[in-house]
Amino acid sequence: MKHQLEFEKPIAELQRKIHDLRRQSESHGSGVNVEAEAKSLEAKLEALKHQIYSNLNAWQRVLVARHPQRPYTLDYLNLAFNDFEELHGDRMYADDRAIVGGFARLSGERVMVIGTQKGRDTKENILRNFGSAHPEGYRKALRLMRLAAKFSLPVITLIDTAGAYPGVGSEERHIGEAIAVNLREMMLLDTPILAAVIGEGGSGGALGLGVADRVLILENAYYSVISPEGCAAILWKDRAASSKAAEALRITAADLKRMELVDEVVPEPLGGAHANPSSAAAELKSALVRHLAEVRALTTEDRLRGRYAKFRAFGHFSEPAIRAA
Amino acid sequence: MSSAALKKKALISDPVEPAVTPPPHLGDTQFLTRPKIAPRSRKRELPEGLWAKCPKCKELIYDKELDDNLKVCVKCGYHFAISARERIHSLVETCSFEEMDSQMESVDILRFTGPASYEAKLAAYRRKSPLLKDAVVTGVGRIGPHRVALGVMDFSFLGGSMGSVVGEKLTRLIEAGTNQCLPVVIISTSGGARMYEGMFSLMQMAKTCGALAYHAQARLPYISVLTDNTYAGVIASFATVGDVILAEPEAEIGFAGARVIKDTTQAELPPGFQTAEFLQKHGLIDAIVSRNEMKAKLIRFLHFLLKNPTQR
Ligand SMILES: [Zn+2]
Repeated sequence: MKHQLEFEKPIAELQRKIHDLRRQSESHGSGVNVEAEAKSLEAKLEALKHQIYSNLNAWQRVLVARHPQRPYTLDYLNLAFNDFEELHGDRMYADDRAIVGGFARLSGERVMVIGTQKGRDTKENILRNFGSAHPEGYRKALRLMRLAAKFSLPVITLIDTAGAYPGVGSEERHIGEAIAVNLREMMLLDTPILAAVIGEGGSGGALGLGVADRVLILENAYYSVISPEGCAAILWKDRAASSKAAEALRITAADLKRMELVDEVVPEPLGGAHANPSSAAAELKSALVRHLAEVRALTTEDRLRGRYAKFRAFGHFSEPAIRAA
Repeated sequence: MSSAALKKKALISDPVEPAVTPPPHLGDTQFLTRPKIAPRSRKRELPEGLWAKCPKCKELIYDKELDDNLKVCVKCGYHFAISARERIHSLVETCSFEEMDSQMESVDILRFTGPASYEAKLAAYRRKSPLLKDAVVTGVGRIGPHRVALGVMDFSFLGGSMGSVVGEKLTRLIEAGTNQCLPVVIISTSGGARMYEGMFSLMQMAKTCGALAYHAQARLPYISVLTDNTYAGVIASFATVGDVILAEPEAEIGFAGARVIKDTTQAELPPGFQTAEFLQKHGLIDAIVSRNEMKAKLIRFLHFLLKNPTQR
């Protein structure tokens, strides 16, 4: 059975109604009237979808971003890229399956794709650790980025993680350091980097793949300094306040674009990426191709200067105007 | 999905790092103002004043004695929290410190709506300590013979959390280091990124590390000193990319809070987990240096790494 979010229920109901109507008309011999009615209901369905999906609040978008049918990195690798050849391991400790990476072609062009990977069922989720990487994942990512730079392959990162994994092994092998080194090294990596938040942009674990020339985010994805649940637990002392926290933290794609923290919001099909993965992938692909062409056209010097300037500008504070001498 | 698996999933999609990890042991009661000491107390001969109870050896220590020893317990060596300004005073040569951006203040850019407004919180902290505008003090000063770009965090301001001001001040400091060919020393203590500024806080991690990338490219030394306690967004950024990483004894240091780890993994935490000593054993920290030795140690390392110290 398909996973259904609370606010999606009216959509599903109407879909069922249309389906039933059509089946009735098939088994009882057609009626022009029935078909006309189905058509009118379909129009109503589109309007309803539009009405619901264009009015999602922050928390509802978080639920869409976490939707278990939402396309993940490997789905986009299938749908938006060609010839993916996975490369494994950090050459130090392990192969972290919560991050996948390897050679691929984007519209014919050679690229390195690296992304966090969630699992679709329990077995897969154990393998992928629910998309939460250990230090090895970030170190594998950096190894692949350096490999990419050596052969002038642009790097494309796809981000979908609740966060880096909080565990004993993570701490013993220095998850913080692994992320920090990526932040430093990505800033001067001599090849174009595009990052796209495709689902959950969970804090430092997301940022560890997120230093790029262009940062894109899917319409229903979120990107946040802390999970709404974590923020609710700390500030409201009540995890039930997650919805309030999601609102307060300004984590939706639209909010982030308005605050100029992301470069572009990639539209999702009506009903979310999970409603039509191929169409979501086509939108993502066309955005990536366009940004890649733009970033490629820059000289290395301009590209790196632009990358630093972009992140350098983030922040708001007040300081007294410099007094005239 | 079994209920156990569902439970695990629910836990894992939980918060990964609290933006402000509550300090594990610094309760409100730690610094005791004029404790009620029974008349028979052996301390009664000391003049009336401020006292602190050492959380490690439980001894009562006269504040003056503690201050004179850089807030290190004279009985057992426990390192109490120390303010940024006291620490700077303990490291730089007299009158050599030129503070940068001392008037920079945080703004409530998100108009954060929660149980407490960010605006009100900031105002309360500013009233409490008018000289500390945010959680870091930065500037250029001399440590021994070396001019150093020095940043010192202060846990007493909103748990040392990093928002735009901390990120911007540190970035300007690092850039000043790069432009003036100065080594950078940053002494950290922080609960992590500051939730109230949302993604602007998270981005300070990339900003400071980016500035350090250019500083490193110029082959200038960066020494990071981790003190009790340093967590989350600070541990996952500038604090762990030092050429040399030092830590104060028994400082609590980590990415995720111990409670979050315990709740998420249901695992037993190994003894000494997330202490400086534990992290040195696991390969993160170059040396554990007590506060009383810190200045001498910094001078030794700077002297070794700088080719021509007199010109710097
Ligand atoms: Zn003591």
